This record gives sequence, C-alpha cells and structure tokens, in this order.
Amino acid sequence: MRRAVALLAALLATACGGATAGEPAAVVFAAASLTEPFEALATAFERARPGAQVELHFAGTPQLVLQLREGAAADVFASADPENMRRVVELGRAAGPPRVVARNRLRIAVAPGNPRGVRGLADLARGDLLVALCAPDVPAGRYARRALASAGAQVASVSDEPSVKALVAKVSLGELDAGVVYATDVRAAAGAVEGVAVAAEHDVVAEYPLVVLRGGRSPGGGEAFAAFALSPEGARVLREHGFEVP
Amino acid sequence: MNARRRLAAAAARVPVVLAALLFGLPLLGLLARAPWATFLEQLGSPPVLAALRLSLVCSVAAALGALALGLPLAAWLASGRSPARTAVRVLVLLPMVLPPIVGGVALLLAFGRNGLVGAPLERLLGVSLPFTTAGVVLAETYVATPFLVLAVESGLRSFDARYAEAAATLGASRWRTFRTVTLPMIAPAVRAGLVVAWARALGEFGATITFAGNLQGRTRTLPLAVFNALETRPEAAIVLSVILVGVSALLLFALRDRWFPAP
Repeated sequence: MRRAVALLAALLATACGGATAGEPAAVVFAAASLTEPFEALATAFERARPGAQVELHFAGTPQLVLQLREGAAADVFASADPENMRRVVELGRAAGPPRVVARNRLRIAVAPGNPRGVRGLADLARGDLLVALCAPDVPAGRYARRALASAGAQVASVSDEPSVKALVAKVSLGELDAGVVYATDVRAAAGAVEGVAVAAEHDVVAEYPLVVLRGGRSPGGGEAFAAFALSPEGARVLREHGFEVP
Repeated sequence: MNARRRLAAAAARVPVVLAALLFGLPLLGLLARAPWATFLEQLGSPPVLAALRLSLVCSVAAALGALALGLPLAAWLASGRSPARTAVRVLVLLPMVLPPIVGGVALLLAFGRNGLVGAPLERLLGVSLPFTTAGVVLAETYVATPFLVLAVESGLRSFDARYAEAAATLGASRWRTFRTVTLPMIAPAVRAGLVVAWARALGEFGATITFAGNLQGRTRTLPLAVFNALETRPEAAIVLSVILVGVSALLLFALRDRWFPAP
C-alpha cells in the first residue's frame, strides 16, 4: 500500500514537473499567421539555450486575447495587429512596452495561373467574381477592408471567413475566385494559390507587436524568448518565412 | 448494517452529483456572466434576430430533411442483414464521428463548384450550393440525419415483426402495414430521433462555416454568430449563447412528455 502511494506520488511529480527539472517551459501565445516562423523560432531557441523549453499556442489573435482576459498563464504574446495588443496592455498583462517583431503585406489570393484575370483590388468589385474576406474582427479582414476602401472598390464578400488560413483553403479548392490575405499565406500555400500584388498606395503594412506578459509561470523564459525573437537571429528566421523585419 | 447500506447509497449518488455539476456548471457560468441589463436590447438587435431566424428555419428544414431521408433508410437497414446494409450503415454513421469541419470539406469536394456533383450542377442548372442558405440546410442535414437513422433503426429492430406479419396476412399492402401498424408503434423512436436530429442541426458549426461560409442573414446561424462575437464582443457572444440554450431547452422541455414518455 505504502509503495503504491510512493509510486503514485512519483508519477504525479513527473507529470507536473515535466521532463526537465529546470525552469518551466515558456508559454508563447502567437497569432495563427505566425505559425510557421514561430515554430522555427522555438526550435532555434531551444537549440541555442539547452534546457530551455517553449510551449507554443496558435489561434486567431482575438481568441488569444479572450483567453488572456480569462486569466490564461502565458509568458509571451505576439499579436497580429496593434489593436489587439492594446487590449492586452489595457488588461494590465504586459510586463513592458510591446515591440514590433515582424511586418506583413496584403496579397490577393487567386487560383494558380490567375484564370479569372484579377489584376488588382479594383477588379474584386467585378460582378462575375466570387470574393470573400476575413471577418471584420479578424485583423486580416480589417486590413483588407481598409485597402479596398482606399482603392474605392465596393466588394460584396460572400462569406466572413474566420481566419486567413480558411480563406486561402477555399480559394485553393476553387470555391472562391479571390480573397485578400497576407503575402506570407500565399507563400505558405506553396503553389496551391497565386498571389496578385496590391498596389503600393493601397497596401496596408500589417505590424505584429510582441510583448512579455505578467502572470505567466516562466517570466525569465518569456523574457529570453522575446529577446531571441527580436535578435538578428530571430529576424533571419522571420525573413526566411516571408515576413519583413523592422 | 443499516449504516453501511446508507453509506453505499450515498456513494452511489456521487457520480450523479458529479454528472449534474458537469452539465450544470458551464450553464451557470454563462448565466452568471450574461449582461442582463442590456439583454433585451441585444436580443432585439438586427444581427441577433437575423441569426435566430436563420437558425430556426435551417434547423427545422434540416430535421425534416433528416426525416424524409432517414426514415426510409432506417426501414431498409432494419429489414434484414446483408453486407450492403452493413456498408451503408457505416457510411451513414460516419458523419457522427467525423469532425464536422472534415464533413464540411467533404461536402465542398462533392457539392462545391469544382465538386463531383457540384460542377455539373452549376454547369447545367446554374445552381451553386456553397455560400447559400440551401448550403446551410445541406450541411445540417448531413450531420443530423445519422442521429435519426440510429434512433429509428433501433426502434424498428426492437419492434415485434409479428404485428406486421399479422397485418400482411389480413391482406394489407406493405405500405399500409408500415403506415398503420409499424409507424404508430415506433413513433416514440421516430420522435426522439427527430428531436435529437433537430438539436444537432441547431448547434451545427463546423460543417456550416466550412461549406456554407459565414454571412449575416444568409448563412450566419446562431453558433456562427457566437463564434463571430466571441472574439471582440464577449458580452454579445454570451447573450447569443444564452438564447441558443434557452431556445433549445424550451423546445426540449415542451416536448418532454409527449416525446419522451416516462416508461
């Protein structure tokens, strides 16, 4: 009986403590559009700092903000836009000032070969095209609407998509003729969609601010990861994935 | 001895209480955080009314669709045993285990613009289902029908076939036997299946947003509206959730005696 209790205690200790005895893993909340570069960042970070661990959580930025509002224990937050970052700062969760870690630009995603001949934002108002945008609450949806307004294009979105990834998927399946997404999404789709450039005067530069959070379990680890993401090494990884770096 | 029996009885209650907490606490959480002061105002707002109307129309249409397709199917499935029946049963029950988003993608590949059926449909008739209200009904019917088939088939299998045989020996046609003997006897199973199918359609999210998209007044049902609001207007999302819970509970409650008679 006593041995069983000891075994149970040992099991619980391993389950709670994780594999390494050192610092708990730094929990990073990042926008869904940062999935590929942040996975690469975490791998490079763990290699550079033996013993350090990063736990990544990706979701639409507003959903991450909701989780932070409900008290999620995270150490770093990377937002897809300054607006959502401001909400987190207002919650009192930021341990310091946010810093821009990456920039992105808009592209019009179309089928490979651009069979419908989309040349720019103004074409999206054409009646013969089935066009969708991200929901206005999603940063990509807000940026797309801002760019379309700037170009004076009245677009009837047939669906407010929940994320850029969902929008890219529907364009690549041929269900939509076009959708406004990020340049990095077109790149990540690896040929399943083609990107049509948005004229520079209407393009929106999407900024991704990053901040170290209060109330996490590994403030030191969070600090170290944030510093790594903002370092020249981090910038190289982000550039490799098509992002621009300040 | 008596104390021991009482202890056992109390111990047996523990899972009951735990189960009640599991279902009760999330509901309490919603109700505790609902912004009651502005509730009516939110309820009357055009986006909420549009979502509510769309949800009711589509879920009722899907439940009727499930009945029209599921009842004959269940009758055939219950009418014997064969490899074909087994294969069809697996096919029909698949949407219950698939993540609804996979169902949505599968629907796109079949009924989408480039889909197996969707492409000729659009070319010949000019009909396109994705991003339409009809698409919502199709997605909901797809996920809801298995529940009705399951309920009706198990009802039919426990039905004593000798009643139907007696009717047949008295000269009733197969259709007449089914309508006047079998159907009334399995009515509780049909009703239960219909309610569960309707409830599943009302709460449908994944297949709908994937196949039919998300546009106010056309394809944004209550669950999609909750999802939309959750991220930036949590209060509105809670209001919508309370409405969804309220509508479902009200209907299930209203049907409790007639549809789920006490044994």
